[in-house]
Amino acid sequence: MVCEMETDQTEEMDVEVLSSMWPEDVGTQADNQFNVEKPAGDSDTLKEVDIAEKRTMADLKRLPELLNTTDQGSSQLTNLVRQWEYMQDHAVRLLREELKILTKQREEAEAKELKIIEEHNFETEEPENVPVLDETSHLFRRFRQKKRDELVDSKRVVIDEEFDTVAYWKQKALSLEKMLEASTERERRLIEKLNESLKTMESHSAPVEELTQNLKRAEGFLHFILQNAPIVMGHQDKDLRYLFIYNKFPSLREQDILGKTDVEIFHGGGVKESQDFKREVLEKGKASKREITFETDLFGSKTFLIYVEPVYNKAREKIGINYMGMEVTDQVRKREKMAKLREDNAVRKAMESELTKTIHITEETMRAKQMLATMSHEIRSPLSGVVGMAEILSTTKLDKEQRQLLNVMISSGDLVLQLINDILDLSKVESGVMKLEATKFRPREVVKHVLQTAAASLKKDLTLEGNIADEVPILVVGDVLRIRQILTNLISNAIKFTHQGKVGIKLKVISEPSFASEEQNETSVWICCDVYDTGIGIPENALPCLFKKYMQASADHARKYGGTGLGLAICKQLVELMGGQLTVTSQVNAGSTFTFILPYKVATSDDHSDDQEEFSDMVDHQPEPDDTTEGYFQFKPLLGSIYSNGGPVIGNNFLPHKVMLTSPVRIINGFGAEPSNNTGQSETVQVGNGGYMDETRQNCPESGHEYGNGNGGCSSKESESCSSSQASSEGGVLEMESEITVSSSKEEEKTETSKPKILLVEDNKINIMVAKSMMKQLGYTMDIANNGVEAINAVKESSFDLVLMDVCMPVLDGLKATRLIRSYEESGNWDAALEAGVDIKTSENDQTCVPPTNRLPIVAMTANTLAESSEECYANGMDSFISKPVTLQKLKECIQQYLQ
Amino acid sequence: MNNVVAQLQRQFHDYLVSLYQQGFLDNQFSELRKLQDDGTPDFVAEVVSLFFEDCSKLINTMSRSLERPENVDFKQVDSGVHQLKGSSSSVGARRVKNVCISFKECCDVQNREGCIRCLQQVDYEYKMLKTKLQDLFNLEQQILQAGGTIPQVDIN
Repeated sequence: MVCEMETDQTEEMDVEVLSSMWPEDVGTQADNQFNVEKPAGDSDTLKEVDIAEKRTMADLKRLPELLNTTDQGSSQLTNLVRQWEYMQDHAVRLLREELKILTKQREEAEAKELKIIEEHNFETEEPENVPVLDETSHLFRRFRQKKRDELVDSKRVVIDEEFDTVAYWKQKALSLEKMLEASTERERRLIEKLNESLKTMESHSAPVEELTQNLKRAEGFLHFILQNAPIVMGHQDKDLRYLFIYNKFPSLREQDILGKTDVEIFHGGGVKESQDFKREVLEKGKASKREITFETDLFGSKTFLIYVEPVYNKAREKIGINYMGMEVTDQVRKREKMAKLREDNAVRKAMESELTKTIHITEETMRAKQMLATMSHEIRSPLSGVVGMAEILSTTKLDKEQRQLLNVMISSGDLVLQLINDILDLSKVESGVMKLEATKFRPREVVKHVLQTAAASLKKDLTLEGNIADEVPILVVGDVLRIRQILTNLISNAIKFTHQGKVGIKLKVISEPSFASEEQNETSVWICCDVYDTGIGIPENALPCLFKKYMQASADHARKYGGTGLGLAICKQLVELMGGQLTVTSQVNAGSTFTFILPYKVATSDDHSDDQEEFSDMVDHQPEPDDTTEGYFQFKPLLGSIYSNGGPVIGNNFLPHKVMLTSPVRIINGFGAEPSNNTGQSETVQVGNGGYMDETRQNCPESGHEYGNGNGGCSSKESESCSSSQASSEGGVLEMESEITVSSSKEEEKTETSKPKILLVEDNKINIMVAKSMMKQLGYTMDIANNGVEAINAVKESSFDLVLMDVCMPVLDGLKATRLIRSYEESGNWDAALEAGVDIKTSENDQTCVPPTNRLPIVAMTANTLAESSEECYANGMDSFISKPVTLQKLKECIQQYLQ
Repeated sequence: MNNVVAQLQRQFHDYLVSLYQQGFLDNQFSELRKLQDDGTPDFVAEVVSLFFEDCSKLINTMSRSLERPENVDFKQVDSGVHQLKGSSSSVGARRVKNVCISFKECCDVQNREGCIRCLQQVDYEYKMLKTKLQDLFNLEQQILQAGGTIPQVDIN
């Protein structure tokens, strides 16, 4: 079958070859052979490309060898040879035919010649023979017919003469001679033609030349296509040694590559991989593709798409691989870039959505916090009214049951107030609104006062002690309010959970702890403060959640001891805010020790005069020289005299052990009149302080009164309020509006006018109108300043008894204005205001103007936002604040507090 | 005659209560009304009309500031909003005040679109309130003309 097929094929090919204009057109064969479609006008380009032939990188010695040994090579050669054979066969056949014809012609010619001679001989004897000759000489006749044109003369020999005359024969001989001549001539021409034909035949007959030309064209075409393509082609033997390479790296010579393996030629990343890949293909016997990135010293980083196919010899044995590599570095880079971009995009999108989520959450949280702060503030105001009134009520005559109910009411109210204050503090710390102040203070006095305050409300048989190491500086700088808050909180906690024994504070200087940030400069000192007790202790498993919000050591404790669970969380946050650390150690039933370490700056002693003032701002200062250096305090309750239902007797409940207090009244809280004082007096003090206390509680929850007094002219104010209350108590009513009381109570300063002078600093004219109208209804008139600068000028020009100061104003805001007024009160001059660029009007009485002996009460009017926090009002020297919108009641309370 | 007065008084009462209930007014308005006495019979009307004048002025200023899409002077807008918030809070114009609060938030984050939206809302709310209060004052006048007294309205 196969044989038949092959013969069929050869026949077909035969026909094909025959039908083509063979000798002239070799290109067709080349095209067929390489399966390349021949484009129009291709021959020209091919000719051009031929010039590039010298660039061939083939190992010419080995290539034929390779072609001979491999399947592909041999079949290609076979094809070539077969075609060559067909061509030759054909040529031979043609030549043979031609030869046959020529031979025939020659035979005819010879026969004819013979006949003519015979005829000639014969004619001389028997001329009648001619027709016979004519009839028998068939060949000759045929020949004559074929060459009729040439022989036209001799065919019909016109014989004019008589038969058998001399003329006749002569004529006949002549014509025959002519015919012979023509015949000879034709023969010569045919021989010529034959020679010519043979010559052309010879010129086409060299097979090698033919093949070479074909190959050259094919190669040229391949070169034309491939010379600039980023393609490397090669053949490697089964040891992966290069036998052939095309488009090798230019700096490598052929001898550098041929006969070597990849690993021997190149060094760097990817080489080994490609070698392994080739080997794999060789072993599996399956062509495959792979992308490999090379990282070589020779050509840097390039990525190649490599195609490797195994090569078999005729015996179907693997003898090597063909390998083709296309450089795709740019594409890979682009692809990678795209992938990266896509990835980045996705990441960015994810981040964006995450961010939006976070922003959303943050916004929500902020809003919630602000809401919380506002709500707390709003709840606190009415609640403090409730508690205040309840406290007033407790000083009246009540039966036992009523008093019990009232006590529950007051303690519940206090608890809620405390809770709200805690929440407010927490939300402030968390929302970053909480600002720390740096003020000078005496640690010893702070400890003492915290203990005093705690002792004042102590209802248990406990010893409170304070122990301050000698090396603790007398004066340090820190946020004394916050430190007091922490101490107070820890102490009250300790007292709460301690039923007998002692509770104490121990202060000592320590070296810089490891967690300290590097910002601390040399002047800072680290003070470690232990707050210890001999209480119930904290089980170890409860320690981790101790500082968490709303968490208490256990639910049982929460029920038993109450509390919000916020105190320690706030303490921890405050300590951390100040750059310190709060830790706890505890033993169940033996006691707990809370330790906080804080950095302080050491105040220089040269501005001692200043710190007196500052200090008196902070605590209820008594001129006790011992206070500054005293290192040990103890407060012991008098046995048997426990907090009784009488209320305000706690002031005497403790005996200052070492430190004698000149005035015990000082350290008792807001209720603090002598028990012997009549109730009417207490009431009035209550109202004033009650309203005041609620604003200050957040700073010193345990002692609102103390802080209130701490603001500047405290001693004078207290005596004032005492005297005023005495005056008002004569009326025996709670109403505070009566002007008579006011004028009688304010002795020296108030003599100039019978009516108190009030200054309203406010920029909004509607607010002014409303406030003014309210004041009018309360029986007061007001001066108006439209901004801070006007306010300062007004304060400078005349003395006021009360300033109502808007916080947010154009030109100069209320906070700054207050600060400048306070600075004037301290220094007696307006230098600070001038420095701040406030345009101060000068007047004649400038010289006579002396610093006021009293602190001017400045009440802030805030819009109740976080930005206008009470903290800031206090920090800038304001005495209290009322929230906007101003109502008649708020104004009334304010006036009662400051003008009566 | 008395009947008419009583009817008018009831109408006045209901109308004022509805204004509180619908959130147009809050307690601060009661405060204002408390301040009005025989000495200053038109106190509330005066304050309120001053407030409305203020509103229209401030809104004009702010809308001019917000007109241009770029370089909005948020500081100026903010001071306007602050003023408006203070005033509205003082007269007890609750809805206006509430819009002012969100307005201020928009202003703080320099959100021009939000500001414009709030501005339009404020404009709407104050005009709304203006008509409502106008009606209220008209009722007051009618009661007075009919020889009646303005009833005390206890909101709580």
